[in-house]
Amino acid sequence: MKKRTVTILGWSAVITLAATAFFGIVVTPPDVLQRQYARFLYLHPPMAWVAYLAFGIAAAASILYLWPRTRRMAFDALALACVESGVLFTGLVVVTGSMWAHPVWGTYWVWDARLTATALMFVLFLGYLALRRVGGSPEQVAKRSAIAALVSFIDVPIVHFSVLWWNTLHQGPSVLTPGLSSRGVHGAMAWTMLLSFVAFTLSFAWMVARRMELERLRLGGASRTLEEQLVARRAEGVPA
Amino acid sequence: MLRDAWAVFAKDLRIEAKTRVGLWQVLPFAVIALVTFAFALGPGKSALSAAAAGMCWVGVAFSSVLVVGRSQGIEREHGVRTAQRLAGIDPAGVFLGKTGAVAVQLAVIEAVLGAGAVGLLGYHVHRLWLLLAASVLATIGLAAVGTIYGALTGAARARETLLPMLVLPIVIPVLIAGVRCWQAASVASGPRFGVWLSVLGAFAVIYVAAGVVLYGQIEEVQ
Repeated sequence: MKKRTVTILGWSAVITLAATAFFGIVVTPPDVLQRQYARFLYLHPPMAWVAYLAFGIAAAASILYLWPRTRRMAFDALALACVESGVLFTGLVVVTGSMWAHPVWGTYWVWDARLTATALMFVLFLGYLALRRVGGSPEQVAKRSAIAALVSFIDVPIVHFSVLWWNTLHQGPSVLTPGLSSRGVHGAMAWTMLLSFVAFTLSFAWMVARRMELERLRLGGASRTLEEQLVARRAEGVPA
Repeated sequence: MLRDAWAVFAKDLRIEAKTRVGLWQVLPFAVIALVTFAFALGPGKSALSAAAAGMCWVGVAFSSVLVVGRSQGIEREHGVRTAQRLAGIDPAGVFLGKTGAVAVQLAVIEAVLGAGAVGLLGYHVHRLWLLLAASVLATIGLAAVGTIYGALTGAARARETLLPMLVLPIVIPVLIAGVRCWQAASVASGPRFGVWLSVLGAFAVIYVAAGVVLYGQIEEVQ
């Protein structure tokens, strides 16, 4: 991706995030039931969306890397960047969810299907990141990681449904009542929520672009001598 | 492929029969895990019998990490991997053979833990067929995913810590479904179990298929 595009992406993310913060804190009213805690609506769902999007793209990039005809190191860098961002956002989803759940549900954690599946997804992809640190040539790491990403991603729907059935077959929802969950989001709140989805998606895209560039430099640096790297750095106009 | 699978399967089990690492190290570990859980829960018979299925499956899941580690350890010794490649053995056959050998060892552990649950924890078997069906499907799933990750981490320096970190979260659906089926098998009628057998079956099929497709690529990175 061109430097200019990445810069535009970054500034778009900053502007939309700032707008989300303004609308979320100043413009939108508090909720009748959840009061100020409803403002988590502009943080938690978009983060969850970004996390699932990140792991989905990572799995697709891993397939493209494993397929001999489409094998490029760029797909490995994309998968790595997506998993790192995905793990970060999944961690934030769990934390913001707990912060919202404590005052609203009266507990930081329930063994709800969605919560448990998200937490497991976090652990699954932490394993991917640990596996990347094992070592070996860039091609070995890339192939090993692509297989791990794929094997982990296949597990996500199985985990989701098994935890869902585990919960619903075992006991009905005791905290999230249908009356509470069925309430819609309207007006300024709905628009702010939509804006938050755009803002977090742009932030994710910017993070991925920057991380891919970093990975490209790292791989390039690993294959060049120090002198060659200094020459390349000077050519960019950066004092070495 | 099937001939290669049979050769690897027989080779792994012959090595286990001669070295008896599974018998003297993994099996005692599984029994100790079961007894330790019992101490943690206390002497109350009702609490123990209610938790028996869960205790057994957690024991099996932990033991699977040891069995898989041992299964891949055999491959690392004496250049077995290189010899297999030179001999032109189909990677999918290697995967199926190793998965089968791991599954047999896990089945022995499940049988011992199941007997322990009946004898020590007050677990009753009312529907043996359900218990056996769930155990077979769960064992295949555990063995398949364990073999995939065992091979992926086989050459890694920190494989002992990496393997459980990768395998245990991924087998959570097997753990949940296995426990539910064993709980359903302990009563004459009652809890629904069809969905759990489906989860176990889907898990086993998906990861056996994934292993057959991907094992060639996994061997390339070792």
